[in-house]
Amino acid sequence: MKILVCISQVPDTSTKIMLKDNDTAVNTQGTTYIINPYDEWYALIRALELKESGIATDVHLITVGKADTEPVIRKALALGGDQAVRIDADSIDPYQTANYIADYAKTVGYDLVLCGKESIDYNNGSVGVMLAELLDADYIGFATNIQVEGTTATVKREIEGGEETDQVNFPVVIACQKGVAEARIPNMRGIMAARTKPLNVVTPTASTPVTAILSYEMPPAKAGVKMVSPDNMDELVELLHSEAKVI
Amino acid sequence: MSVLVLVEHTDGNIKKKSFEAVQYAAEIAKKTNTTATALVLGTIADSELENLGTYGVQKVLHVADAKLNELHARAYASALIAAAQKEGSKIIIALHDINGKAVAPRVAVKLKAGLVSGALSYPDLDKGFVVKKAVFSGKAFAFVNITSDVKVITLMANSFPLVAGSGKATIEKLDVTFGDKDFGIKVKSVDKVTGEVSLADAELVVSGGRGMKGPENWGLIEDLAKELGAATACSRPVADAGWRPHHEHVGQTGGTIRPNLYIAVGISGAIQHLAGVNGSKVIVVINKDPEAPFFKAANYGVLGDAMEILPKLTEAVKKFKQHK
Repeated sequence: MKILVCISQVPDTSTKIMLKDNDTAVNTQGTTYIINPYDEWYALIRALELKESGIATDVHLITVGKADTEPVIRKALALGGDQAVRIDADSIDPYQTANYIADYAKTVGYDLVLCGKESIDYNNGSVGVMLAELLDADYIGFATNIQVEGTTATVKREIEGGEETDQVNFPVVIACQKGVAEARIPNMRGIMAARTKPLNVVTPTASTPVTAILSYEMPPAKAGVKMVSPDNMDELVELLHSEAKVI
Repeated sequence: MSVLVLVEHTDGNIKKKSFEAVQYAAEIAKKTNTTATALVLGTIADSELENLGTYGVQKVLHVADAKLNELHARAYASALIAAAQKEGSKIIIALHDINGKAVAPRVAVKLKAGLVSGALSYPDLDKGFVVKKAVFSGKAFAFVNITSDVKVITLMANSFPLVAGSGKATIEKLDVTFGDKDFGIKVKSVDKVTGEVSLADAELVVSGGRGMKGPENWGLIEDLAKELGAATACSRPVADAGWRPHHEHVGQTGGTIRPNLYIAVGISGAIQHLAGVNGSKVIVVINKDPEAPFFKAANYGVLGDAMEILPKLTEAVKKFKQHK
């Protein structure tokens, strides 16, 4: 059984976002990049567990990005995985990203594609679903547990107002969140091994984006905090009612 | 050309956020000089469907197949495509929630349509078809232009207040021919949480951090939440320590919420936490550390010991409710 894990490079969670060029772009100078936490902590680690338990034969990692994304994909390889693929493109939107990945995935034929529930930069959570559609595969989002037997996955997932257990046949795309696996720290052997693992650079197929970000905006600054005495909670409640109008 | 909107319901009761999506679709229809049509899937009474007219749709298409009572994203997408063809829809709206996120990107791919996930504004038609959404987990906003002919939008709940009108919608049954793969996922068991306010949909949220000192003190958070009719949440260290279940974790690597009121108790306000909650309309911070960064992001602050303040606040809310 072959697994493909989608890896997205995102700014470190402590990054303060700054804009440039008349707010048409994000100033990335000095930004530290990490593997998207949902991709790393849950999707990648679960794929590695499936390989360690002998269920998966191959674990491939894939990312879409220019050469500057290679340190992050090497970091992912340090956790594990047999090889990685970098689609050599600056993707404009999720549709383009999904098309690039789907076109590559079709050439190999994966049974299971794992990704995080969303990336913490653009927060769309749409690449996995689009990928499923392009691969004519089923999709399960917000997974909290993944078990595999033969060509079937049993997946626990969050649904509107609760939880559900599903059974699905391969091929399937599963988007992972907390519960699927426990985060790991790469060890020295992994880091050394990652240096020599194959990282194939693939030329992107033709795909046209269907959206474009025109500009950005920072959230409005708060007007300043109004302090209320801890001995006067009636006043706080009154303010929330008559001034803020939220209760 | 009708603007098409996917409506969700729980056991036949239309969700509030779906009325928001309907109203949003109806507003876009007005802006683009057309009508709005709602698509409802699964078992639901006509009397409930009629309520959709109040929020501005002229027509309701109902696919009554009981198999659609559970989320089958591919079947939902097939139904949306069928409805869009029937109505000639170029604009399709769903919610930015678990269901909408599983369906809208499929529909977008099928129609080669641009998708904006988590819209916070109506499209600005002067500059193309530009929709505002949060990026970097709320640390910034982006203005996304959809350049394709067909457009798909998932709307962030709690973005626009509901204003009921007096419109009436006609109800039409729609038959959809589903494909073999539309019900490929077999649902083995469903476990619905009942009784408590769901965090993602909550308008009021009370949240605790490390300053609560231990899980044994969470009764104070729950008492206040109960009195307000609020959901409870927590910061990452609290979830990691196992004081609270992981689904309560809000922040950049947990859930992102946008309630009307967020009360943060004993949470310092690290940038990762703020990212998940700064879409809240009003923030109250209770903390004993005057240097807590959260005070800078708050509308109201209370400086002091949470263990003493929480019971007083709960009491004050109780009193307020009695006199209202």
